[in-house]
Amino acid sequence: MSNQTPVIELRNVDKSFGPIDVLHEISLKVNAGEVLCLLGDNGAGKSTLIKTLAGVHSPTRGQILLDGKPMRFSRPKDAQEKGIATVHQFGGTFPLMTIGRSFFAGVEPTKGIWPFKVFDRSKANQIAVKAVQDFGITRIDDGDRLVGGLSGGERQSLAIARAVHFGARVLILDEPTAALGVKQAAHVLRIVNEAKRRGLAVIFITHQVMHAMAVGDHFAVLIRGAIAADFRKGEKSREEITDLMAGGETMSDLEAQIEGYMETHDGHPPQVASQSDA
Amino acid sequence: MITSIFRRPATASIVSLAMIVAFYVFFGGVDLGRMAGAASWLNFAANLGIVAVPVGFLMIAGEIDISFGAMIPAGSMATAIISGHYGLPIGYAMIAVLAMGLLMGLINGILTIRTTVPSLIVSLGTLVAMQGVILASSKVLTGKASVALTAPDWAKFAFGQLIGNGHQVIIIWWLVATFVFWFVLHMSPWGNWIFAMGGDKQSARNAGIPVNRLTIILFMLSATSAAFVGMCQAILFNSAQVSGGINIIFNVIVSVAVGGTLLTGGFGSVAGIFFGTITFAIVNQGIYFTQIDRNWSSLIIGIMLLLAVGMNESFRSLAFSAGGRKKKTKPS
Ligand SMILES: Nc1ncnc2c1ncn2[C@@H]1O[C@H](COP(=O)(O)OP(=O)(O)OP(=O)(O)O)[C@@H](O)[C@H]1O
Ligand SMILES: [Mg+2]
Repeated sequence: MSNQTPVIELRNVDKSFGPIDVLHEISLKVNAGEVLCLLGDNGAGKSTLIKTLAGVHSPTRGQILLDGKPMRFSRPKDAQEKGIATVHQFGGTFPLMTIGRSFFAGVEPTKGIWPFKVFDRSKANQIAVKAVQDFGITRIDDGDRLVGGLSGGERQSLAIARAVHFGARVLILDEPTAALGVKQAAHVLRIVNEAKRRGLAVIFITHQVMHAMAVGDHFAVLIRGAIAADFRKGEKSREEITDLMAGGETMSDLEAQIEGYMETHDGHPPQVASQSDA
Repeated sequence: MITSIFRRPATASIVSLAMIVAFYVFFGGVDLGRMAGAASWLNFAANLGIVAVPVGFLMIAGEIDISFGAMIPAGSMATAIISGHYGLPIGYAMIAVLAMGLLMGLINGILTIRTTVPSLIVSLGTLVAMQGVILASSKVLTGKASVALTAPDWAKFAFGQLIGNGHQVIIIWWLVATFVFWFVLHMSPWGNWIFAMGGDKQSARNAGIPVNRLTIILFMLSATSAAFVGMCQAILFNSAQVSGGINIIFNVIVSVAVGGTLLTGGFGSVAGIFFGTITFAIVNQGIYFTQIDRNWSSLIIGIMLLLAVGMNESFRSLAFSAGGRKKKTKPS
């Protein structure tokens, strides 16, 4: 396994926005057919890290290697052309566009000859609908429907299906299961497993330990922009991972604090209890 | 079938058009044949429509441009000053008009993408600045507020002749431009980029769409179209006046809004803006064919605007649910 060239690798990547240092010395590898789960608290720098991989930001220092070769992406399109597809947090679809048009935004299929190249609507619709249905969303059968009329989960699936369609090598998903119901989230996890089976390198960001454990082969925990832990499946227990995700504070300490609070407050849990419970 | 009609942004503007014509026929005693044959509303629509579609493009892309209000008089004054006052060949005037439009668009575009100032404010600033340039330069260069010119025959033929029953040749330019704009927005991949930009700028950027470049190009298109209209007017009337151009801003925005364009971006159509423009032109000019006092026309325009935009809203929400309903009626 270890002698295999990783599909994508980061070497000592730093990223700062002006005076704000967001990422420090990030080194990571993802092999083909492997899922890397990127974990970490809010603001840890997960989205920034994947935006750097997707060509949205370029690293301040350090290297990104694709199949062992150093790459520089100055635009998202550069990364896309190399087969890196990303579903960004809170984005990826256009509510007032049709499914077919949204799916192909930026990479429209055309027919005819210049200057009369026209957007190939029927081809776009057909491919988009098929891509979404392949992931089990069979309710979508009309590519002319507006994206805004789909449920949150269906929209997320559309964005993921799009990424899988264009992501020949690397698939990056930024919190794809946030705001999804149990069934839809399970669906996304199946999609991730399917992408892995097809031999893609997957980077998966989530705040939910269960989701991470269900698909991850390899875990990296980011705390304040630096990698605080990097381990493989089975090397750490669920509790240990949860603690790391909470930014190093142990969950059992938190629980003890909450219990202490309840004893002194007539059994009322503090406000945070209801939030950190999930 | 019905669902796909609701999905079209043009539906509401066609309904408004039908309602306005019906209103004028039943309450104003309009002779439809006479109005259809008249040039006034078509001339009005053409001068409006060439600007309205590019302005609509910007709105679909999530930006707003109002500086065209100064670009129309700027185009016409530049034509008159260069070829009338200085007597230079009209070709020079045309190049200057084109360059002015491109430059204005470039300034608007760059200010919009480089700063966080909303494009409404950016173009308000450039509008007022351009008005100042027109006033000052016509005063300094010509000493007059109205400049005469005599265009050569070929220019008159192409941009300023009257055909048939007083129809301005700009009507043909309007129809051709509308067709080209329709092709760009609805058939070419560029159109998809414009919708995506207005739908979610960040996602569009992440999808690899050259958002900044396209923003500049769209501003250039709108400023240049406005300068073109101004040039045609100067050639047609053999003169140009210093004017504020505030009314035209209002007229264009109403046409675009009645045409089903979402002011916050992401939704609209060329057909919608086309019919929106005609609707506005008929309300505005058709009143002269009625027994209604023409002072009421603003009231009618106001009501029409609210009705049309209200209709647009409800049609859009129908469009969202449209697919689902269609599914149920098709059990195969
Ligand atoms: N363009 C930017 N300019 C300046 N600071 C930024 C920029 N983008 C992100 N940051 C900062 O970088 C830090 C990391 O943000 P990032 O979005 O990567 O966090 P995250 O790990 O994805 O968090 P979450 O789990 O909430 O999505 C934050 O403190 C944020 O304010
Ligand atoms: Mg994030």
